[in-house]
Amino acid sequence: MKVKMLSRNPDTYVRETKLDLQKVPRNYDPTLHPFEVPREYVRALNATKLERVFAKPFLASLDGHRDGVNCLAKHPKSLATVLSGACDGEVKIWNLSQRKCIRTIQAHEGFVRGICTRFCGTSFFTTVYTGIDHHWKEPLFATCGQQVDIWDEQKTNPICSMTWGFDSISSVKFNPIETFLLGSCASDRNIVLYDMRQATPLKKVILDMRTNTICWNPMEAFIFTAANEDYNLYTFDMRALDTPVMVHMDHVSAVLDVDYSPTGKEFVSASFDKSIRIFPVARSQSREVYHTKRMQHVICVKWTSDNKYIMCGSDEMNIRLWKANASEKLGVLTSREKAAKDYNQKLKEKFQHYPHIKRISRHRHLPKSIYSQIQEQRIMKEARRRKEVNRLKHSKPGSVSIVSKKKKHIVAVVK
Amino acid sequence: METAPKLGRDVPPKKDKLQAKRKKPRRYWEEETAQSAAGASPGPPSNKKRNQELRPQRPKNTHILKKSRISKKLQVPKKPRERKNPESQRSLSGAQDPFPGPAPVPVDVVQKFCRIDKSKKLPRCRSKTRNRLKVAETEEEETSVTAARSELLLAEEPGFLEGEDGEDTAKILQADIVEAVDIASAAKHFDLNLRQFGPYRVNYSRTGRHLAFGGRRGHVAALDWVTKKLMCEINVMEAVRDIRFLHSEALLAVAQNRWLYIYDNQGIELHCIRRCDRVTRLEFLPFHFLLATASETGFLTYLDVSVGKIVAALNARAGRLDVMTQNPYNAVIHLGHSNGTVSLWSPAVKEPLVKILCHRGGVRAVAVDSTGTYMATSGLDHQLKIFDLRGTYQPLRARTLPQGAGHLAFSQRGLLAAGMGDVVNIWAGHGKASLPSLEQPYLTHRLSGPVHGLQFCPFEDVLGLGHSGGITSMLVPGSAEPNFDGLESNPYRSRKQRQEWEVKALLEKVPAELICLDPRALAEVDVISLEQKKKERIERLGYDPEAKTPFQPKPKQKGRSSTASLVKRKRKVMDKEHRDKVRQSLEQQQQQQEQQQQQQHKQEKAKPMRARPSALDRFVR
Repeated sequence: MKVKMLSRNPDTYVRETKLDLQKVPRNYDPTLHPFEVPREYVRALNATKLERVFAKPFLASLDGHRDGVNCLAKHPKSLATVLSGACDGEVKIWNLSQRKCIRTIQAHEGFVRGICTRFCGTSFFTTVYTGIDHHWKEPLFATCGQQVDIWDEQKTNPICSMTWGFDSISSVKFNPIETFLLGSCASDRNIVLYDMRQATPLKKVILDMRTNTICWNPMEAFIFTAANEDYNLYTFDMRALDTPVMVHMDHVSAVLDVDYSPTGKEFVSASFDKSIRIFPVARSQSREVYHTKRMQHVICVKWTSDNKYIMCGSDEMNIRLWKANASEKLGVLTSREKAAKDYNQKLKEKFQHYPHIKRISRHRHLPKSIYSQIQEQRIMKEARRRKEVNRLKHSKPGSVSIVSKKKKHIVAVVK
Repeated sequence: METAPKLGRDVPPKKDKLQAKRKKPRRYWEEETAQSAAGASPGPPSNKKRNQELRPQRPKNTHILKKSRISKKLQVPKKPRERKNPESQRSLSGAQDPFPGPAPVPVDVVQKFCRIDKSKKLPRCRSKTRNRLKVAETEEEETSVTAARSELLLAEEPGFLEGEDGEDTAKILQADIVEAVDIASAAKHFDLNLRQFGPYRVNYSRTGRHLAFGGRRGHVAALDWVTKKLMCEINVMEAVRDIRFLHSEALLAVAQNRWLYIYDNQGIELHCIRRCDRVTRLEFLPFHFLLATASETGFLTYLDVSVGKIVAALNARAGRLDVMTQNPYNAVIHLGHSNGTVSLWSPAVKEPLVKILCHRGGVRAVAVDSTGTYMATSGLDHQLKIFDLRGTYQPLRARTLPQGAGHLAFSQRGLLAAGMGDVVNIWAGHGKASLPSLEQPYLTHRLSGPVHGLQFCPFEDVLGLGHSGGITSMLVPGSAEPNFDGLESNPYRSRKQRQEWEVKALLEKVPAELICLDPRALAEVDVISLEQKKKERIERLGYDPEAKTPFQPKPKQKGRSSTASLVKRKRKVMDKEHRDKVRQSLEQQQQQQEQQQQQQHKQEKAKPMRARPSALDRFVR
């Protein structure tokens, strides 16, 4: 007879002294871990609920301006430094870590309409023209008004000026990757792209309504997003302007400003409806909406270069600092915290489409004004859609063409 | 065990070759090694030929997972590296890695950890989704390989009992085993002589550390059976039908004559649950925190012990219920009925999920194994049957027992114990969680009284038996899982660890609605509601947004084939299927006609055979 009984030595499973860590032997055999999927589901549900519990995005409000904040600029070298220009011609330099104003400069008599920093971080430019942007590598900058002017820092006259028709141009932006490319938007509803090397406009696209500003994707050179008056944002591929890549619609009033995150995966938009929203580039619905009771029409917004914070300047003279990820824990994380965070993130991703989890993660509180506006616009949209369907139903087949949502707002593309 | 001797056999020829090679003129690195440690490190092979000879030996000893991407990756770049510079693999010391590349992983272990069913094809979907699924699949494969590698770290080996050449293990007595094993294991065999309080029911806690038992005459006790430390002992002065630990050893549910009571480990009565009356059997679902009770009134009641609410009370409509067990794989409750059926219940559904006719005559006992694959039943017809629970519900094994088994239990490694009168038989299969063969018992044991309850102790090679003479703890080598998971159920956990585990377990309490036959169903795509959604969307929009636009001929471009001929060619291909179908149907029609004609011929031939036409011919069709 040969016999062996299972006989464990307790010393190998129990810690020796109280100062030791507890011993935890693992066995990953699936039969010892039953109900894997339901338990993961419950964990994902808990993680989603906790995310909503800990979603406290508002960090600070920087006050000190004596008129509405009209423009913001990031410092290219220092994360903590921010510049802001107000409607009374005052420019303030802020330190975000101390949440204090470092310097105040009376720059102009009237509005500070545009502000930008030089790539080296030593100087900044403000303008009373409608917009300004600095070249990303060379000592050049562009302003816009009746035409787009490109200036050399050392010269008093513009080195070239470009126009396409007669209209007032509201903003101009350099492409951060293909640095000789410029985009501008004008009040006659068009977006024009220029090439600095040829000193000529490339092409333009005309939309239904006026575009307020555009922002280039910092990761994909050919993608830019336009903030439009018709409550929507349009992400375009520069090579095919006739169809926007995505129409982002969640705002209930004109969109005034837009800024990309440094990863190029998301962007933030500021709107006249007193809220800011964060959109993923590939999705038409926003992932997040930020609002406070006291925040009025948001005029400018910036995503900080460390991808962690968002700043917005609004009518009521304040600059507000938000977390880009509402439920993120600030400060140093321990390795266990980090592991738990990563695990929860993966679980949330895995089960994101389950109805119960989706409902919880999508739920946002909205101020009454925005909420009622959304309801109203939903009714209007439904009516329009119904009419379209009826028209399609009762007309000769083929006579009414279905125009997709994306193409609906594009009037023409001119080259 | 199997690979070790083979490896040993292969090693010596390698050494011989290396010794032969050492007679050649030495390189600078060989001199160093020879002086410092003679023969310790094998020098590098001098030419490519030898290297090639050595290499193919490796796959012979151990079967490598051929599909795994890891092993493939590493095999491919080896060749070009050697061609460029044959000395690149050698280190400065001259030592060469005798087992280059990742360690081979046995296929069957990887299979155990594989969660994706590869026999199923990927569904037809967009390329983006398809790519994502493919990536997930490869990730899954890699994780299963890593998990299989971690198997190496498991500390304990399962127990076994083997007879020497033809000796029947069933004839080995407990006393012999106790004599043969070490003292610590021998101490696990004990008898409690409690004749006074009648037949006992026993229950081990989930960690296998604690034992609770309740006698018919009201004796209830709980103890740490390893150290033999008594936790509590009370007499409830009422008949005890069943006893069960809740999620931890601190709580104890006792089904008494009238109502259900919950005691703590001091023996203090915490709750008296009057909603559950005349309970005969108890089952605790640890991941759902549900206490399932079967009553004389024919109700199956689920009590959520974390919030103290009754989740569902199901009327089985089959009279008195006194045979119940749970399926540990999917938390479905199995009820045995007096008409020979076993019904499967979930609290989410009012009707039984499945009804299986198992026996002629009533069902006496039911047990389900830990993987949820097999169900053993015994009935009044003295039959013992093992059913397949993987969808077919067919009997796999059956045998008649002289007395018929009154109590059944499966162990963690798939041993089946049956209590028949005062005899206990245990059957074993080959390997872990395999189907036990019912011919020859693995072990038998005779008790001092008829068996009233039995359960295998988790993580210990012990079978607990409650009988009219008291409690017996019987040694069954090879019954338990040797390696426990410290985060799931740890027999050696401290109080702090138990408290932390309790909080975690309560946080991830699985809702009762999720109990169904396939616990992985939650992770699968709900195709039906998806189709329904699609349909509704098309109705709402008035057109199908995902429909493909019909083919539009392009305006003619430069080149040989005109668009017209292109269209024609495409149409031809499109029509080909249609034509094939028409052709087939025509052939079928012809065949049918021929058959009919033949039949008519036969009938015409058959008619004249009869002498006279009958009057009933009119009704022939």
